[in-house]
Amino acid sequence: MMPSSAPSALKNAPPGDGTVFVPPRWRWARKHPTLILGAVLLLVVAFVALAAPWIATHDPQDIDPLARMQLPSSEHWFGTDALGRDVFSRTVWGGRVSLIVGISVASVSALLGVVLGLLAGFVRRLDGIVMRIMDGLMAIPGILLAIALMAVIRASLTTVIVAIIVPEVPRVVRLVRSLALTLREQLFVEAAHAVGTRLPTILLRHVLPNMVAPLVVQATFIAASAVLLEAALSFLGVGVPPTTPSWGNMMAEGRNFVAVAFHIILYPGVLLAVTVLAINLLGDGLRDALDPRLARQL
Amino acid sequence: MGYILRRLVATLPVMAVVAIVVFLLIHLSPGDPAALIAGDLATEEDIRNLRETLGLNQPIWQQFMIWIGKLATGDLGTSIFTQVPVTTLLGQRIEPTLSIALVTMLITVVLAIPLGTLAAYRAGSLIDRLVMIFAVLAFSVPAFLVGYLLIYGFAIRLPWFPVQGYVGFSEGAGPWLRSIVLPCVNLALVYIALITRMTRATVLEVLHEDYIRTARAKGLGVLSVLLHALRNAAVPIATTVGMGIALLIGGVVVTETVFAIPGAGRLVVDSVQRHDYPVIQSVLLLSAGVYVIINLLIDLSYRLFDPRIQY
Repeated sequence: MMPSSAPSALKNAPPGDGTVFVPPRWRWARKHPTLILGAVLLLVVAFVALAAPWIATHDPQDIDPLARMQLPSSEHWFGTDALGRDVFSRTVWGGRVSLIVGISVASVSALLGVVLGLLAGFVRRLDGIVMRIMDGLMAIPGILLAIALMAVIRASLTTVIVAIIVPEVPRVVRLVRSLALTLREQLFVEAAHAVGTRLPTILLRHVLPNMVAPLVVQATFIAASAVLLEAALSFLGVGVPPTTPSWGNMMAEGRNFVAVAFHIILYPGVLLAVTVLAINLLGDGLRDALDPRLARQL
Repeated sequence: MGYILRRLVATLPVMAVVAIVVFLLIHLSPGDPAALIAGDLATEEDIRNLRETLGLNQPIWQQFMIWIGKLATGDLGTSIFTQVPVTTLLGQRIEPTLSIALVTMLITVVLAIPLGTLAAYRAGSLIDRLVMIFAVLAFSVPAFLVGYLLIYGFAIRLPWFPVQGYVGFSEGAGPWLRSIVLPCVNLALVYIALITRMTRATVLEVLHEDYIRTARAKGLGVLSVLLHALRNAAVPIATTVGMGIALLIGGVVVTETVFAIPGAGRLVVDSVQRHDYPVIQSVLLLSAGVYVIINLLIDLSYRLFDPRIQY
């Protein structure tokens, strides 16, 4: 990524010197442009979603039979849907669902993954059974597993989150276990063991801190995949209840009007894409910044 | 030979876990599974009858043994909604799904491996950067948005392909191909991104090896050098192709809905709304089976790519 900024840097450089003066605090940012771009984009999306009540121009649930499927105008910035609801306001509110899903799936999956992964990595008796269960879960395509779970539990935001967590957890478990197997053999862990430190203390004080960087990166990618998965489930009609304005639900509702009112699915779709892109860029940036060695593993 | 046997045995616990998860699915629901299947309008008696016919009043381990026993004879049960055996139902739906999946794999392997190799060979160039940007975008833009953009662009604005629907292979190869071009392109994008990225990373690493320098030094052409590198990068690439099968199967479900294709993926989604558990269970079981078998075959084929591998 760096070479792209090199020509302009050279152009502005004083003669005889190859570099421009960059204030120290900006150097880090210039070294990781994807990280900054992702974080800024994500902050914008988060701000819009959090400030939805003030940004939205209409009530997202307000039906107006006289203004159905209107093209974007000064009154309805993103047009209206098949029931005459304002697409802009619904899109703004829809961001909340995606953010909640992304954050909660990433944090709960990481937590469960750490517990199970440490058990597998440090308790030999549990290793086989935990990993076989994870292998089995990973053999079922994630979206199918989530769809099947949604078939047995009543649709709500919470159940969607649970249905997405189940297929995501094995990915964390695998990562944590492989990190644990390496860390277990490290001298400082052996030393702690030798002086009689109890296992829980070793895990908390010596092992976990060394896992934070790869875990944060992995959790970011899980958030991206969770946001996409929620949208896909809602789009298929097995996600959050249709009354909730979520990007996936909006696209499902616009599905039958593609030829006449493409804007109904275009705007929530683009917002969804921008959000996932932002999280992925953030993840790529974090990976490069925190641990370059990870680039190969993930 | 010993390795093949050991690898075969290793798939058994995985499939056992899949079977248990799939079986327990119905029993995971907080309420009475029979009531859940029967739906909101069912009477007390309907529910009792259903419990009887589905054997839900037997001890759970007994239900499991009966279910496994039937599976072993190829009996996937009967669809609750249509009263048709699930095998028959799947038989009707499998052609479109298989067509799309296979053509997508073909497109992917033919495009992604050369693309990734090129990006690695010209690492840091404009082509490389474009390929990497494409990969990030393909991972971020939801497949169903891309699907509708394809429909809007190449079926509505430019009427080159049918908007939606599927034409069977028996009605002629031309119409069949025309009906699956857009779905396959749609589905292939993510898969291409995945394989291209992996190919680029692996080839890039191989290109730094001593034997590549030797090959160049003795005057081999670019193409032979790259083929040389590719052969040494084949194992990780093949592994990614196998892992990507899960992505492909998952993607088919969404793509079939976007393009209104009556395939196995659409069948699952419809079955969720109908609480048709035998169908959902069967598709889960089969897709996991396909995933495990393909990955087994890829594992076993490593030796073809790399004769140095000793089992």
